[in-house]
Order: sequence, then C-alpha cells, then structure tokens
Amino acid sequence: MKIIEVRNLRKQYPKHLAVDDVSFEVAEGEIFGILGPNGAGKTTTVECVAGLRAPDGGTVRVAGLDPRRDRAQLREVLGMQLQSANLPEKIKVWEALDLYASFYPDPADWNELLERVGLGHKRHTTFKKLSGGQRQRLSVALALVGRPRVAVLDELTTGLDPQARRDVWELVEQIRASGVTIVLVTHFMEEAERLCDRLALIDAGKVVATDTPAGLIEQVGGEQRVRFRPSAPVTDDVLLALPGVRAVERHGDQVAVSGAGNLAATVTLALARHDIVPGDLRIEQATLDDAFLALTGRKLS
Amino acid sequence: MKKMLLVETKLYLRDWPSLAFSIALPVVLLVVLGLTIPGMGEATETGERFVDAQWPSLMVLLSLLTLVCSVLPAVLTTYREQGVLRRMSTTPVSPARMLTVQLVINLAVAVVATAILVVGTMLVFDAAPPGQWPGFVLVFLLGTAALMAMGLVIAALAPNGKAAPGIGSLVMFPLMFVAGMWIPRQAMPDALRTVSDYSVAGPFAQALKDTWAGHAPQPLHLIVMAAGLVVFGGLAVRLFRWE
Repeated sequence: MKIIEVRNLRKQYPKHLAVDDVSFEVAEGEIFGILGPNGAGKTTTVECVAGLRAPDGGTVRVAGLDPRRDRAQLREVLGMQLQSANLPEKIKVWEALDLYASFYPDPADWNELLERVGLGHKRHTTFKKLSGGQRQRLSVALALVGRPRVAVLDELTTGLDPQARRDVWELVEQIRASGVTIVLVTHFMEEAERLCDRLALIDAGKVVATDTPAGLIEQVGGEQRVRFRPSAPVTDDVLLALPGVRAVERHGDQVAVSGAGNLAATVTLALARHDIVPGDLRIEQATLDDAFLALTGRKLS
Repeated sequence: MKKMLLVETKLYLRDWPSLAFSIALPVVLLVVLGLTIPGMGEATETGERFVDAQWPSLMVLLSLLTLVCSVLPAVLTTYREQGVLRRMSTTPVSPARMLTVQLVINLAVAVVATAILVVGTMLVFDAAPPGQWPGFVLVFLLGTAALMAMGLVIAALAPNGKAAPGIGSLVMFPLMFVAGMWIPRQAMPDALRTVSDYSVAGPFAQALKDTWAGHAPQPLHLIVMAAGLVVFGGLAVRLFRWE
C-alpha cells in the first residue's frame, strides 16, 4: 500500500528553482531514501511532503491527506526530524519529551521511547550538554512521540562521528521494525545503501532514478570485479564461458574477472569444479556513487 | 498549553540574568537611589516627593522596558534562529502558542516586578499605595500591551538572538531618557516634553505617576499608548517571522 505519493512536485524560490519535477511513491513499512548532493532539492521536497512549504505545482498525498489542506490531521500521522532544528539550551531531555508528548492526542509512552533511543541515562541532562549523536537521537524521539505512521528524517547523521552514525542507523532499523514508514533524506551513499529498501536519486530538482540500492547499481551496469590468485593455472576461456562474465584481465599471477550478476559465486564455483582454490580473493562492487556518476555525470560527494 | 507554560517558566527561571535585570535591578535602584540621591525624599512645592510616585513609576517602566526590549526579543529570536519554532511547526501545536506563552510569562514577571516596586515604595519610603488604583491597573495593562507589541517588532526585526539585546538597548535608553529617567519631565524643555508626550514610554511613566499620586491619567497619554498598541501590534503581525 502506498502511504506517500508525490506527483510532479515543483517548488520555485525567489531566486532559484529548488524542485523542478519530483515524483515518487513510498510503500507502507519501508525505509525510502532520498539521496542526492547538497542543494539537489531533497529538503525542500520533504518539507513539501510534511506541509511545511506550499508547492508551486504537483500533488502530494500522505496517507490520503493533502499536507497543506489537511495540515492538522497530517501532523498526527507524520513526524519529522528537521535538519538543524534545536531545542532551548536549558531544557532537560525529559522536559522536552514530556512537552512534545503533550502536543499529541495519543502520545507514545515517552519514558519507554527515551530508553529505546538510548537516552535513559540522560533524562536530566540539558539539551546544551548533549553530544551531537545524543541530540539527533532526542530529535528522533521527538519525531516519534506522537506515534506517527510516517517519520521523515532529514540529514540525520550529518556531522556525527562514525560510531554515533552507526548507533543512529541501528535506531532507524529498530523504528522500521516497529512498523513506522521512514523517509530518509541523506547525501551519504553508505547510509542509503545500508538502510534503504528503495531510494530516489535526486539531482538538480529532478528524480534521476528510483529503485532498490542493488537495482540502481545494476541499472548502470552493476559492474563487479573479482580478483584472485589461482592455485593452479586457469584459462581465460573457462572464465569467459561463465554467465555474466564480460572480461578477464591478468596482472602477473593475479586474475581479474569483471561482469554483472552473482559474479563472485559463479566464479568461485567454476574454480572449485576445476579443483582450483582462489587465493587473495577480493570482490569489488560498483557503489551508489558509481550509479550516481553514471546517471548524472556528476559525483555524489 | 499548561505544560508549555510550565516548561517555559522553568526555562525562564533558569536564565537568572533576565530575572536579575527585569526584577532585581529596578528594585535595587528604587531603594538605593531613592535613599541616596539628595532631594529624592524631599517634598516639592506641590507637596509630593519624588519617591512617592515619580521615581517608582520610572522603575516600573525600567522593568518593563528590560522585559520587552531585551528579554522577550532575545528568547523569540533565539528560538527562531535555532529552529525551536520550526520544530514546533511540525507538531499539531502552532508556534503561535509559544508566542502566547512568552507574552503571558513576561506579563507575569512584569506584574510581580510592579507589585514588588509598589510594596517596596510603601515600606521603604513610607509612601501611600497607588491612589487611583483602577486607573493605575488600566494604565499598567495598556502601557504593557503597547510595549510588548513594540518588543515583538524588535523580535521581528532582529536578525539573530545575539543582535536582539543590542537593538533592544538602542531602543530602550532613548525611551528611558524621554520618559524622564535622567531629567524629570517637569524639568524638560517644552520641545523635549512634547517628544516625551508622544513616545509611548513617556505617557506610560507619566500616567503611572498620575494614577499613583491619586490623579486621573491625561487623555492624551492614554490615546498615545492605545495608538502605540495598534501601530506596533499591526507591525508585529505583519513583520513577525517564524523561521
């Protein structure tokens, strides 16, 4: 079931066209990513979805609601974590949650939520004294306190150190497991690849492609490369005959097989049939970065 | 609403410099300057002493101007700058409620400060309570409303939370001057007193003093305050930005 539908969204700012033509659908229960470089129109797109901005063209539906017309109802269905929205410096963690819970008719138990985002031990800490990762986790908790069906998370891990980033990713996966649909805005390829079921690549206000991360990589060729040192000589013909293999190169005693599909398994199985053991086996896969480059001619980051 | 009022009140109380400047400073100035400056406690030809009504009225004005020129704009611009208001706009509660809550808290602080100043004047200087008290309350509410609307205009115009108190001071000190903080209104040259008459703060201080001393406020002063409320209120509605 589609919980979000965006059709031909367009948003013009006084000086530039932020969103030119964006369409996508989000199915209930999935993590949908919006991936693109800075300034691509990602945030404007989700702000239109959340009813914070009025689009100049196109239609948006969230759980059947029009975000502008049904603003009040939408607020109860959609929770949003905004990029760089802070809280008063001296508010304590529990006070913020208690306050935001009071905004909703049927809020979540914020004590439980506090434990879930891993801030149970920080309940009496003021916002000012929280680390970047803790602030983001509080921000996620505030977006969830109204028991939304959809949570929009905008640039959740920007500015976090790698460990904090991984902790937040785990949190996002837990939230999805609890049945909340997630729209994740990011410019991190790794984040999108790890978390998203499907994603839309956005560049210069337009959707370049929408697919699963693997599908996107495959769309642009899905080039993979398997490198190894065979324990016994193997001819090119044996490898080239395998399904999906496109080319074989040799550098000294190292063999590099490139192609698409389930390349690593195909190659290792074929080698096993010839009683050859692949030493120093390495698999190099195309990434979303490569896909973005192929689709737009530009690098993601 | 109740919870937001509670939380914001706690945040207000945690910010001790605001409280010190809006309540403690006027009270300290009332007592210390009232007792030490020669002539403050002596009867003039009308039989009134400066400390009976004029000086405490100016301290009420000082407290209010501190609130509306620095405390209120600083909170609102900081909340806007840091995205506190924007985050609220993602919830079912409108950020307009935050505005209401801030106005209520500042009004409450103004009432407390004024009550302390009235009681302090009676106790320290052995003065009479405000003689025209219904008029005093009316003048207090009208003047406070007009000045708060002015504070909202400052909050709307200030680019960020750090600039707000600076802009507030630029507004506050000239207003204190024309209201008679340094030269009493009765000693002002005519031209300056005319400026004072139309400055909202001047009529506010004068009308507080008149009602405190048991006289009726001058109609001109009430009209200027009401006009200030309408003009600043209109500007605030037009200029205020949530983000």
